[in-house]
Amino acid sequence: MPKIRYVDHDGKEREVEVAAGLSVMEGAVKNLVPGIDADCGGACACATCHVYVDEAWLSKLDPKSDMEETMLDFAQELQPNSRLSCQIKVTPELDGLTVRTPKSQH
Amino acid sequence: MERVVIIGGGQAGCQAVASLRAEGFAGPIAMVGDEPYAPYQRPPLSKTYLMGTMERDRLFLKPDAFYAQADCQTIYGVPAVSINRDAKEVALADGRVLGYDKLLIATGSRVRKIKIPGADLSGLHYLRSIADVDALRPAFQSAKTLAVVGGGYIGLEVAAVARKYDLSVTVIEALDRVMARAVSRPVSEFYEKVHREAGVVFHMNTAVEGFEGRDHLTGVRAGGRVFAADIALVGIGVVPNCEIAQDAGLECEDGIRVDKFCATADPAIFAAGDCTRHHGRGGDLIRLESVQNAIDQAKHAALAMVGKPTPYGEVPWFWSDQYDLKLQIAGLAKPDDRIVMRGDPGSRKFAVFHLRAGAVAAVEAVNAAPEYMIGRKLIADAAPVAPERLADTAIPMKNIV
Repeated sequence: MPKIRYVDHDGKEREVEVAAGLSVMEGAVKNLVPGIDADCGGACACATCHVYVDEAWLSKLDPKSDMEETMLDFAQELQPNSRLSCQIKVTPELDGLTVRTPKSQH
Repeated sequence: MERVVIIGGGQAGCQAVASLRAEGFAGPIAMVGDEPYAPYQRPPLSKTYLMGTMERDRLFLKPDAFYAQADCQTIYGVPAVSINRDAKEVALADGRVLGYDKLLIATGSRVRKIKIPGADLSGLHYLRSIADVDALRPAFQSAKTLAVVGGGYIGLEVAAVARKYDLSVTVIEALDRVMARAVSRPVSEFYEKVHREAGVVFHMNTAVEGFEGRDHLTGVRAGGRVFAADIALVGIGVVPNCEIAQDAGLECEDGIRVDKFCATADPAIFAAGDCTRHHGRGGDLIRLESVQNAIDQAKHAALAMVGKPTPYGEVPWFWSDQYDLKLQIAGLAKPDDRIVMRGDPGSRKFAVFHLRAGAVAAVEAVNAAPEYMIGRKLIADAAPVAPERLADTAIPMKNIV
């Protein structure tokens, strides 16, 4: 299974195996990785699963949909590498993906 | 050490466990749910789970390890039957009795059953739980014709999925427009048109009189006609599960009455989610059926239970997925609001703003995330807005105020 590395706001790292087909958000929730609220459960309706994607991985992700792009605009402390983790689907190619979670989702 | 019991294993119950621990509550927590599963997401049930594109495993809000790590005792598949407020005990259907110091009632709501002849025929479905969809999905695969009774969120979401299964779909609605309780007329009209274009047949202003068939459903009698159908989906709303509170003498009126801290009149008892009636931001007594309300009330109830009461005042928000359309709603509209359209429904991307006293009170956005997200903020801030600017799509939402 692909391994995804989550780094929290304080720099603490957690590497977990996430089945291909799940989202990076689901990988966090299922493995008790803190820092991702995902209030709407992955419907791209709440912008509370914001993450910063490691620069080296950015180009390997599918591009943002218009909906994700606009929802993200309203996340706190937006950066160029911001993504909504519910919209990143885990694939074998993403083995080793590193994302950082923000200080707060609200 | 104080003990917390949570009656209800849904979105609010799950959030309360997380929030109690996040707020430093160290005592024992027990959560009792009448369904045989851990808390799960209901919104996908009528969408991707019914479609078969989301597996059951993905519905669960938290893994089992979460409850173990939170040291929360979970009791699934066992209804709570009564509350003894003097002894501070909850009795369960299996005879167990749980003592509490603080009690959260998060019993949610259940589908409103239709009470007309033939309502007990096989082939008649409701949609609220995993079990409901597990029964409906196989029926979708063998059926040819679906009658949807009630053109609300559930009915229309199921209609959209049924069209993808290539079922013939007829929606029978008692009022003159779809989703009448939830959205404004322009949004109703847009969605009715979209569904018609997808091949859904509507009969509006039509009361359902009965279901036809010997053992299995063969048709729906409505408006003096019979509409042939192999299966029927009844989506006519929900009723709050407040009997256990009412029986315990707590004030209930279409929902358990709670104050802005999610507290009942009994200082040891709190309630959160679909089962509550509370004062909304505008001061009206309301009952909300939504994920947002379940999450936020559970958070505020948890805060109050640990002695950090904070008033609940979040802007309500909702969403619905039908076909390629995402409907996002924030705030609660009223009939007398001034309606401002932004964008053209013909483009399948538009928003309806509801203005009250010069500020945005609600927004309904179709495939229009900026309108929704900025709208939500404008509602929270109660900022004055110029209607002509809101209507002008040449002005980006960010620059509206």
